[in-house]
Amino acid sequence: MLLREIAHSRTGDKGRIVTVSVIAYREEYYDVLAARITAGAVQEHFRGLIDGPVLRYELPNLWALNFVLTRPETQGVTRSLALDAHGKCLGSALLAMEI
Amino acid sequence: MRGGKATGRKSIRIGCGAGYSGDRIDPAVELAAKGSLSYLVFECLAERTIALAQKARLVDPQSGYDTLLEERMEAVLPTCAEQKIRIITNMGAANPLGAAAKTKAIAQRLGLRGLRIAAVTGDDVLALALGAGSGASEVSRENILSANAYLGVEPILEALAADADVILTGRVADPSLFLAPLIHEFGWPLEDWRLLGQGTVIGHLLECAGQVTGGYFADPGYKDVSGLARLGFPLAEVAEDGSAVIMKVEGSGGRITVATCKEQLLYEIQDPAAYFTPDVVADFSRVTLRELSEDHIHVSGGSGGPRPETLKVSVGYRDGFMGEGQISYAGPGALARAKLAQAILAERLQDYGLSELRFDLIGLNSTHGEGLSHMDCEPYEIRLRAAGKAEILKAAAMIWREVEALYTNGPAGGGGVTGVTREIVAIASMLMPRAEIAHRIHYEVS
Repeated sequence: MLLREIAHSRTGDKGRIVTVSVIAYREEYYDVLAARITAGAVQEHFRGLIDGPVLRYELPNLWALNFVLTRPETQGVTRSLALDAHGKCLGSALLAMEI
Repeated sequence: MRGGKATGRKSIRIGCGAGYSGDRIDPAVELAAKGSLSYLVFECLAERTIALAQKARLVDPQSGYDTLLEERMEAVLPTCAEQKIRIITNMGAANPLGAAAKTKAIAQRLGLRGLRIAAVTGDDVLALALGAGSGASEVSRENILSANAYLGVEPILEALAADADVILTGRVADPSLFLAPLIHEFGWPLEDWRLLGQGTVIGHLLECAGQVTGGYFADPGYKDVSGLARLGFPLAEVAEDGSAVIMKVEGSGGRITVATCKEQLLYEIQDPAAYFTPDVVADFSRVTLRELSEDHIHVSGGSGGPRPETLKVSVGYRDGFMGEGQISYAGPGALARAKLAQAILAERLQDYGLSELRFDLIGLNSTHGEGLSHMDCEPYEIRLRAAGKAEILKAAAMIWREVEALYTNGPAGGGGVTGVTREIVAIASMLMPRAEIAHRIHYEVS
């Protein structure tokens, strides 16, 4: 099953930093998110697209996790040559994760 | 210290009329007309907007404020003047004084006399940033275009206390535009971190306008939103204790749900327990969202801790040039022809001294690279994109020229060449002690 079936997501950006929220559709799915969508799993999923460790913040009252990703130096929003310079499509890519 | 004189109101209604500089104008008009607002806020300054505005001002000293200022003010000023809705906006961008003069002229042209228009300056700290010891180290001084500190609520509070009807700022932290009127109306103390944190939550939910009313949310079959073409912009009805209801004008498109609010609450947030603004280090981690009725979401539980002693400064600088060219291939063998074109470009472009060069196969791997894309399919059509950087304009422009030359020199059947060459304006951040930064307010009366 894809993560998309149990959670939704929004991506934000600040320079080299990209933030990705993962929000469970139902309260009972939150435990699955917390167990499966680890910082390490997210880092592995985005291998080659991001630099360094992924930070994860837990928000059980919102049934949500918040991830902070750092992109390579040349990939900040104002300097990147990528079509999606903001990295706004990364949240959708995370929803393609198998759980 | 109390932040304002309490006006005795039990609740106030604040609307958001723009979430970025190019945002739609008709939803702001609808909100002003039907929202029973006390305040209408326009948030129009993305991280790089002010650097681009500063660059425009170097060419035309009269410019530098939001390019849609005139259109927006013409659209909403008559209603706002009639209903006594006060406008707070960072549309001053790199030229708040010019924006105020322009707004005065618009008001006069519309026959709106006696409007008090405030321009907040002092966020421009270019001279300080260029001074010894405080420059952004990785950027050479001659390339720096702008340096703007994120101001907080203080200058807006001062202008509100002076009865300004329209307040035009340059760089001010986005949530501060919304927090200031709450402090002003309810007389919240400037050290009540819980109230300032909760007010910041409200500002953060509103500041991207349509992003809390169903914009940037729809995913057909999973998260459906109706009426997106006439998406309504949000307003908050805020009580004296800081609790609020996020809503929109009845009959407007979109929807406000606990889910839309959650997505926006976490948008661009790193540590949800420590969101730094000039006014407070806000804590979003214990926020509670509750649906009262359709499109009415109750928000409470925001809190915070003491404000930081330094202010963030965004430094805009020239960072060379970027060039781009694109060409399409379609039908049988499209992908193979696009890849051949890529190989030709890679060989041709190696002689121009580009500092960086990338290729994308749009439709296959341009967004997330090969790792996440489905690379084993044979698409009907593919669009090759070459993008690169160079120190000089002429070198960057060679990318487009070489892509265009594929028409007559490249693989069969290439079509639809487009290209662009532009200067890169990049942003670096630094911190500056509060004591070094002072705001000033200038008033005009229409």
